[in-house]
Amino acid sequence: MRGHLATLAAAGTCLAGIGLSTASASAADLTLCWAAWDPANALVELSKDFEKESGHKMSFEFVPWPNFADRMLNELNSGGKLCDLLIGDSQWIGGAAENGQYLKLNEFFDANGIKMDDFIPATVVGYAQWPKNTPNYWALPAFGDVVGWTYRKDWFSRPELQEEFKTKYGRDLGVPANLDELKDIAEFFQGREIDGKTVYGAALYTERGSEGITMGVTNILYNYGFKYENPDKPYDLAGFVNSPDAAKGLEFYKALYDCCTPPGASDWYMSENIDAYKSGQVAMQMNFAFIWPGVHADPTVGGDKSGYFPNPPGPNGHFAQLGGQGISVVANTDEKDAALAYIQWFAQPDVQKKWWSVGGYSALRSVVEDPSFATSQPYAQTFLDSMAIVKDFWAEPAYASLLQPMQRRVHDYVVAGNGTAQEALDGLVEDWTEVFEDEGKL
Amino acid sequence: MSKVAMDRLAEATPQRLARGVRGLSDRALAWIFVGPTIVLLLAINIFPLIWTIGLSFTNFRVNRPNEDIRFVGTQNYTRILTDTDIWLSMQATAHFLFWTLFLQIVIGFWLAWLINRKFRGNDLWTTIIVLPMMLSPAVVGNFWTFLYQPQIGLFNYAVGFLTGQDPSSFSMIADVSLAPWSIVIVDTWMWTPFVMLICLAGLRSIPDSIYEAAECDRASPFRQFWTITVPMVLPFLMLAVLFRGIENFKMFDLVVQLTGGGPGSLTEVTSINLKREAFEKWRTGYSSAYAIILFVTVYGLAAIYVKALNRVKQR
Repeated sequence: MRGHLATLAAAGTCLAGIGLSTASASAADLTLCWAAWDPANALVELSKDFEKESGHKMSFEFVPWPNFADRMLNELNSGGKLCDLLIGDSQWIGGAAENGQYLKLNEFFDANGIKMDDFIPATVVGYAQWPKNTPNYWALPAFGDVVGWTYRKDWFSRPELQEEFKTKYGRDLGVPANLDELKDIAEFFQGREIDGKTVYGAALYTERGSEGITMGVTNILYNYGFKYENPDKPYDLAGFVNSPDAAKGLEFYKALYDCCTPPGASDWYMSENIDAYKSGQVAMQMNFAFIWPGVHADPTVGGDKSGYFPNPPGPNGHFAQLGGQGISVVANTDEKDAALAYIQWFAQPDVQKKWWSVGGYSALRSVVEDPSFATSQPYAQTFLDSMAIVKDFWAEPAYASLLQPMQRRVHDYVVAGNGTAQEALDGLVEDWTEVFEDEGKL
Repeated sequence: MSKVAMDRLAEATPQRLARGVRGLSDRALAWIFVGPTIVLLLAINIFPLIWTIGLSFTNFRVNRPNEDIRFVGTQNYTRILTDTDIWLSMQATAHFLFWTLFLQIVIGFWLAWLINRKFRGNDLWTTIIVLPMMLSPAVVGNFWTFLYQPQIGLFNYAVGFLTGQDPSSFSMIADVSLAPWSIVIVDTWMWTPFVMLICLAGLRSIPDSIYEAAECDRASPFRQFWTITVPMVLPFLMLAVLFRGIENFKMFDLVVQLTGGGPGSLTEVTSINLKREAFEKWRTGYSSAYAIILFVTVYGLAAIYVKALNRVKQR
């Protein structure tokens, strides 16, 4: 009997050991990399549910926006193993797909019933597909984002300002119906004394170092008629990038910068615009939609004091610059199964619903098309309207080589005031043509 | 005491090893001592340099591991040397280099001359003056952007106070005519103390007896300054120019923090331009050629300069 007991005990010990080792083998340490911003903090909270459900442990590597591309592309290009999951910028998708840095997710999506039709079409094209408009998926749309405008509703609604504005412009002071009206409003507020403080018209994107001024100026260029290429002949740039209408758009952006921004706003991007707005310096700010939950919750400018509107139309179109990102599995990961499990979990409608409620912009149609969505937050309808008009920068593998000349040419004209708008765009055509020639696409 | 320790060490050395070492020549022993350093230098300096030279003749891009690496001859070099944007970047670097060196030498020497005169609180003032160079360039760049802020910046306020101009009417880092000077001012503020310290060492190395002899010969203070002080401090000044010149040729962090290379490309010095080519556009072959051109430029200029410095020292 004692012998049997000893055998049973030994067997039990072995089984327990096997059980433990199985548990420890299946529980992975996953690292998710993203930019350091408010939505990332929301994702940390959301991911606690995944940890509870799966037993995997989540770590996060968040890098401030100005260094995000440098840091993460360095990581991908050097074959680093820091990130298992990466919420990378939409423009990286071409390079990451062609260089084998992201896992292709088609089979995984098919096997797990994840359908791209369930997501906002613009986010699928922008964040997940490469080549664009083909059913090749390298990411799951994770965070919908778009450039829009925030304005001081409390200032706009002051009777004395409304009266003065109506006398001057012959219409009510309210959300601008087009870009010209936006400029009128910005001019109206520029240098005005409000509550004993000098305020300014608008905070625009003017940052030179990374992608700031490009993400700003494209909102105007698109609406004046700028196109990246000939719609019928890929990479045919002349006459589309530098059309006379596009040049007028660039002139408009410069005029807006010259007339209506605060002094020293020559190198501003997301955080500088937020600071200027929250400190009561500007009547309006151009910024990505991700800031809206933070603005709404702000004790100084939040609640009813702020309103939101999509990028206004111009003479030749109505578009807005796409932001946002998809979540991808880094090809180099040692935790592929766990990383895919995270994506599977994240794609669930309930999780997406919670993602929206904690401050993340879900791209799942069942969330944003829910009848209660538009009224769930004061900025929800503006988000929907903006997502319907998005356009994105090049997502080619050589996107950085395309971005840098645009940053330089546009900043040189808008901020430094060198040359003309037409010269800036002509120069851009030369630069981009050279890049596509190097790429063997021309 | 040390002899006892050496004896103990000798006794503890195994006979076989001791016999081997005893049989080595001085030259062999010297090689044993410098060998590790040479290996290290070869591994971390010479090998990467040769590798970079090799890459500079290719179309290699580090972010395209699947692409074939093609030999392109001197194409990268030709493109760089005929690229007007790169020459503009060289111009920005030359402007920055010339004016920072000029101002730092003039102000640094003047400060050293003042500090060299014995007065109450001399040590305290020296400490205060050298404080800026103890700070990180990234931090300095960051806080100077606040000082240059048109609405709240102290710099603009001070200029406004002194000139009666509206502080918010100009922006040091956004204005085309002021931006290049904004980085010159900050670098001068930060590194003049370094030049001052070198000059101070030079001034303190001049024996008092030379001045005493000059006074006996009734040489005026002006004459003493130009015939004793300046020639004897000149090698130190030249050394300061060499150090600061090499440092400022590769200036990066301060400019990135202050202007990001803008407005436009006005303050895009070569190091920023090179970084953008290498780590943003990922044109590895092209940027290797760029780095080699910069290396040859700095090395060539430094070699000529060091020869001139040696000649001055021999005088």
